[in-house]
Amino acid sequence: MKFEGTSSYIATEDLKVAVNAAITLERPIIVKGEPGTGKTMLAHEVAKSLDAEIITWHIKSTTKAQQGLYEYDAVTRLRDSQLGDEKVKDIKNYISKGKLWNAFESDKRPVLLIDEIDKADIEFPNDLLLELDKMEFFVYETGETIKAQNRPIVIITSNNEKELPDAFLRRCFFHYIKFPDPNTMEEIVEVHYPDIKKDLIQEAFKIFYDIREVPGIKKKPSTSELIDWLKLLMTDDVDAKILREKDPKKLIPPLHGALLKNEQDVHLFERLAFISRRENESVE
Amino acid sequence: MFINFFFDLKQASLPVSLKEYLMLMEAMNKRVVDSFNVNDFYYLSRSALVKDERYLDKFDRVFGHSFKGLENPEGETTKEIPEEWLKLMGQKYLTDEEKKMIESLGGWDKLMETLKQRLEEQKKRHQGGSKWIGTGGTSPFGAYGYNPEGIRIGQKEGKNKKAVKVWDKREFSNLDGDVELGTRNIKIALRRLRKFAREGAETELDLDNTIKSTAHKGYIDVKMMPERRNKIKVLLFFDVGGSMDAHVKICEELFSAARTEFKHMEYFYYHNCLYDAVWKDNNRRYNDNIKTWDVLHTYPSDYKVIFVGDAEMSPYEITYPGGSVEFWNEESGETWLTRMLNVYENAIWLNPIPERYWDRIASTSIIKQIFSDRMFPLTIEGIDQAMRELNK
Ligand SMILES: Nc1ncnc2c1ncn2[C@@H]1O[C@H](COP(=O)(O)OP(=O)(O)OP(=O)(O)O)[C@@H](O)[C@H]1O
Ligand SMILES: [Mg+2]
Repeated sequence: MKFEGTSSYIATEDLKVAVNAAITLERPIIVKGEPGTGKTMLAHEVAKSLDAEIITWHIKSTTKAQQGLYEYDAVTRLRDSQLGDEKVKDIKNYISKGKLWNAFESDKRPVLLIDEIDKADIEFPNDLLLELDKMEFFVYETGETIKAQNRPIVIITSNNEKELPDAFLRRCFFHYIKFPDPNTMEEIVEVHYPDIKKDLIQEAFKIFYDIREVPGIKKKPSTSELIDWLKLLMTDDVDAKILREKDPKKLIPPLHGALLKNEQDVHLFERLAFISRRENESVE
Repeated sequence: MFINFFFDLKQASLPVSLKEYLMLMEAMNKRVVDSFNVNDFYYLSRSALVKDERYLDKFDRVFGHSFKGLENPEGETTKEIPEEWLKLMGQKYLTDEEKKMIESLGGWDKLMETLKQRLEEQKKRHQGGSKWIGTGGTSPFGAYGYNPEGIRIGQKEGKNKKAVKVWDKREFSNLDGDVELGTRNIKIALRRLRKFAREGAETELDLDNTIKSTAHKGYIDVKMMPERRNKIKVLLFFDVGGSMDAHVKICEELFSAARTEFKHMEYFYYHNCLYDAVWKDNNRRYNDNIKTWDVLHTYPSDYKVIFVGDAEMSPYEITYPGGSVEFWNEESGETWLTRMLNVYENAIWLNPIPERYWDRIASTSIIKQIFSDRMFPLTIEGIDQAMRELNK
C-alpha cells in the first residue's frame, strides 16, 4: 500500500514520504498548512489512489470526541418510555454510530479524515488518544467493544487555530504543506487546466505571487483562489498582455473578486505603486 | 552518527521524545523509504520528529549540521546513506525490553546525558577518527545492545551530481517561533491567546428552556445549551512613553484583537514602574489617573495580571521611594509591585527586549526577581510560555 500521488493531485516528495510513513506504521498523520493548500483534498486523493472508502468527520467548535464513537440518546429514550413505545426495550435503538465506529467496521481499510481538528475544544484530541492508539473503544450502554477490523488510515487536518496537545502529536506523523513554489504551482494548475497557455500562466503567476507579498494584505490569495481566477481569465479569454498592465487601477478589474476579495485589500493594492520590477520589464 | 543527530536536536531544544525516535526507527525498519536516499531520510525523520512548523527551520539547521558527514571533502554531496548504516539503524531499533531498560535508567534525557559524557570521553581517545564515529573501543551503547563498530560512514560516491540539499534551503525560516513579535506573527500570537482564553466548552443544562419545553410537551424534555463563556479575566499594564511605544502598540493591537475572547479585560498605562497611580487615557494621565489601591480593590484576585514593559530604568526607580523620574513617589516601585503580586497570584511580565540582554540590565534583573522569574520575552514562544504560566 503506497501513495504515489494521483493524476488530479500534485503531491510533493516530502508529502508522499510522510503519508506513506503513516500508512505503513498505521499511525495518524497531521497535515497543516495555509488555507487552500490541499489538506482536505489530500485525504480524498489518498483514498482514491488506494481505492479505499473515505469517511469524513468534519469538526466544528461544538464537536465532542464522544460523537465520533457513538451517541446515546437518553432523552429520546426517556420520552419514548413515557409514551410507552416498544422501542424502549432495546437500548440499541438509541445508539447512533459515530465516524470512528463506521471506520472501524469497514471490511476494507478505509481512510478516515478528521477535518479541521483545531476547530474543536482543546481537550478534543486528548479525548481521542486512546481510541486512535488502540483503534478500539467500549460501548458502556451495551457492553460491547468495537475494534477496528482494519486500522483506518487516519488523516487529520489543522488550520492552526489551536495548538494540539503534545501527547497527541507524539503519536502522529506530521506534515506542513509549504505554500507551493511556482514550479509546483504550475504542475497543480496543469492538473486542473491541461490546455492552459504558458504565457497566461506566466503573467498570472507574477501577479499572484506579487499580491501575496504585498505587505499588510488581509487575505492572501490561496491555491484555490488562483485556480478560480485562472478559470475566469480563461473563460473571459483575457489576453496575457492585459496582465502586464502597469497601472494598478487598470489592473484591478481582472483581479477583483477572485484574487482580491475585500475592499481593504483592493484599496491597499490601488495605493501601491505596484511592484517595481514590472516597471523594469520591457514591454513587447 | 544518528545518535549525535539526536543529541543535537535535543541540544537545540527541539521537543523530540523517545516515542518519536522509536517511531522513526520503526519506519526505517519497515522500509517506508526504500531507496537509501538522504532526501527521503530527511523527509521521513522530519515528519516523525517535528510536530510544529515553528521547529522546522531549527530542525533543518540541526540536520545540516549533524549530517555534514555525508559530504566528502571536496564538498560534493554523497547522496546515498550507506546501506550498512541504515540496516544497522533498522535492525537495532529498540525492543520493548530496551525501552523498559531506558525507563529504568531514568528516562531518555538522563540516558542521553550519560551517553553524551561517554561520547566525550571516547572522542578524546579517537583523535584521529572522524568526529562522530569511533572505529573501535568502548561502545557508548554497549549496555543497551547497540554497537557502534558498524556505524561507519561509507565514502561511497554519489551516483548523482551535486545536489542542493533540501534542508539547506531553509524554507521554513519564517515560521520560527523565536523571532520577535511583528505584524506577521501577530495572528499566531492571537491564536495562542485565544487558546488561553478558552478553557473548555462545556454543555450545561438549560433549566428555563427545559421547564418550558417540558410543560409544553407533557413529558420531561431536557434542553442543553453550550457553555461558550470564557472564564479568563485579565488586567493589562502597558509601559508608555519613550522607548516602549512601538512595542506597546503591537501589544495593544494584540490584546485588543483578543478582547472578545476574554470575559473581562481591563488595561492600564504606567511609566517604567508601577507606583501609586495608573491611567487609562494617555493624553489625560495627570488629570484622570486611577489610584493603584483602587485597582487592587476593584478587581478580585482571580484576575490574571500581565505587565508589558522593557523593565529598563535606573534601579532607584524600583527600589527607592522618590526614585521615579517623573514625580515624587512616597513608596518605592518595588512596594507597589509586591502589593500587586500579593493580590494577584497569576501575574507575568512580558518584555520586548531579547532575553539574552536581561541579565546585563540591573533593573530588569530586579523586576524579574520581584516577579519570581515570571518574565517572558515578547515572542510567540514567550507569549506561549507566559500564557502557560498564567494558567497554572
Ligand atoms: N496539490 C494540489 N493538487 C491539485 N489541486 C490542489 C492542490 N492543492 C490545492 N489544490 C486546489 O485547491 C483547492 C483547495 O484545497 P483544499 O480544500 O483541500 O484546501 P485545504 O488546505 O483543506 O483548505 P482549508 O484550510 O481552507 O480547508 C482544491 O480543491 C484544489 O482545487
Ligand atoms: Mg480543508
